[in-house]
Amino acid sequence: MEAVMRQTWAFMFRGYHITRRYIGWVIVFNFYALVTSATVALIGVAEGNYQLTLTLIVGALLWNYLSRLYEEISMSIAYERWEGTLEYTFMAPVSRAVHLLGVSLFSLLNSIVSSVIVLLGLMLFTNLHLRDANLFGVLAVSTVAFVGLGLFAAVFPVMSAERGAEATHIFQGSLLLVSGVYYSIETLPRWLQPLSVFSPATYTLSACRKLFGVGNPDSTAEHLAGAPLSAVSHELLVLALMGAILLPLGLLVFVRIEAWAKQTGKLKRTG
Amino acid sequence: MQQPAIEVRNLRKSFRKRAGFRKKSELLAVNDVSFYVMPGETYGLLGPNGSGKSSLIRILSTLLIADSGNVRLLDFTLPEQAEEVRRIIGRVSVDAAFYKKLSARENLLYTALLYGQKAREAEKRVMRILDELGMEGTKFSTPLEEMSRGMQQKISIARALMINPPLLLLDEPTTGLDPKSRRDVQSFLEDLQSREGTTILLTTHDMAEAERLCARIGFLAHGKLVAEGTAAELIQRSGASTLDDAFIKLTGEELVEEEGEMELVED
Repeated sequence: MEAVMRQTWAFMFRGYHITRRYIGWVIVFNFYALVTSATVALIGVAEGNYQLTLTLIVGALLWNYLSRLYEEISMSIAYERWEGTLEYTFMAPVSRAVHLLGVSLFSLLNSIVSSVIVLLGLMLFTNLHLRDANLFGVLAVSTVAFVGLGLFAAVFPVMSAERGAEATHIFQGSLLLVSGVYYSIETLPRWLQPLSVFSPATYTLSACRKLFGVGNPDSTAEHLAGAPLSAVSHELLVLALMGAILLPLGLLVFVRIEAWAKQTGKLKRTG
Repeated sequence: MQQPAIEVRNLRKSFRKRAGFRKKSELLAVNDVSFYVMPGETYGLLGPNGSGKSSLIRILSTLLIADSGNVRLLDFTLPEQAEEVRRIIGRVSVDAAFYKKLSARENLLYTALLYGQKAREAEKRVMRILDELGMEGTKFSTPLEEMSRGMQQKISIARALMINPPLLLLDEPTTGLDPKSRRDVQSFLEDLQSREGTTILLTTHDMAEAERLCARIGFLAHGKLVAEGTAAELIQRSGASTLDDAFIKLTGEELVEEEGEMELVED
């Protein structure tokens, strides 16, 4: 057990030191995330429509969190391929579950820190108050589903060093398109709307907007009329189900693809 | 009779490669290779680029799954007992793959944790190994990207040895090193072998290195093990005067070094 904890810690230790060494880029990425979110939120401010502002803020904030979480996990394998260290990780006597748990825990911490920065920044740009919003339960449940999605996407760089990273971003872009991050699902072309059902972000956003009081005429800049947690039980149930399926399935797919890569010689360092 | 530490029998590995639109060709990287390495022995696999040396090492390192054949490392077979094999092998590859922005210390501590070791104990062991490899302790906190190739390769050797593996798989560990670093690494391996009794499988295309370090040598060409024995046996069998000439005579091929790259030239 002690050894497993050290192995899990290894990935967090690695992530921390890489972040420290690339601190310049970390600041740039967080600055860019903050500015992008603020720019989107200011569209609502310019319209003088608090409901619209709130819709955009929730979208920007959650998308920043979920996409960062997804990207950190899915790209962790791509980074290892670029550095050429993936073979050494796969050669170590560490189970894939522990490997991906360590990667996911660091990604989770990183995403939370980034989201807090964006949130604090948004408070400077808008008159956002969170005291009446009850979104932490939903975030916790949606995190599991997004970690599962990240694990799924992490297999792409195992399959191909060159094409893998591209595929993870295409997948991420598709989630942004169909999940109703900045607009309602109904805005999408009718043929595209059914895809939103399969994205965990759709349910996370829907639940968080209800909890923030988006769409509730009683919500004002001074007071958010957020719904109670019981009002989003449907979303919570769907997210819990998605997490329960995606997490083990993501791990299983990863292990299968790793075996395939070892059979076909795809692990060899490239890029 | 003592059981070999490494036993490879009838090993085959082929890769499918795309050759133009919708066409696929098959490349036989390892072709029915059999050999063994006794405990505490250093066995050398010699061959030019593309002869199958790295594929063989990668199969033994659990990074590649063979098409057919048997591999046994100490008491474990591959690919069935890959998890157990990972605990008993250390590998050094031709390219010292590290997180280049991280320091040597951070890279090595990461590896120690990955193997479930206590960081402090691992650090002590690494410092001793680096000291033996002729590296000053002050370099330990320098990012890898600021280190020379020779230094990186020494760190790579320390990484492989910090888990104290009974089997060491060295894939061209001295390729591209300057003469001093090459000598440091070779002396260290000699000391290690005599002191710890570590079983070493070494691939190289450096004949002098093979002659110096290896008790027995196997010649690989086009994925086939075409001859094996001690350096003296191979020279005698071929009627040549040097190991270089013995390689040419026994394999029908020549090793040509061009801009640091070894290439295969058919006779």
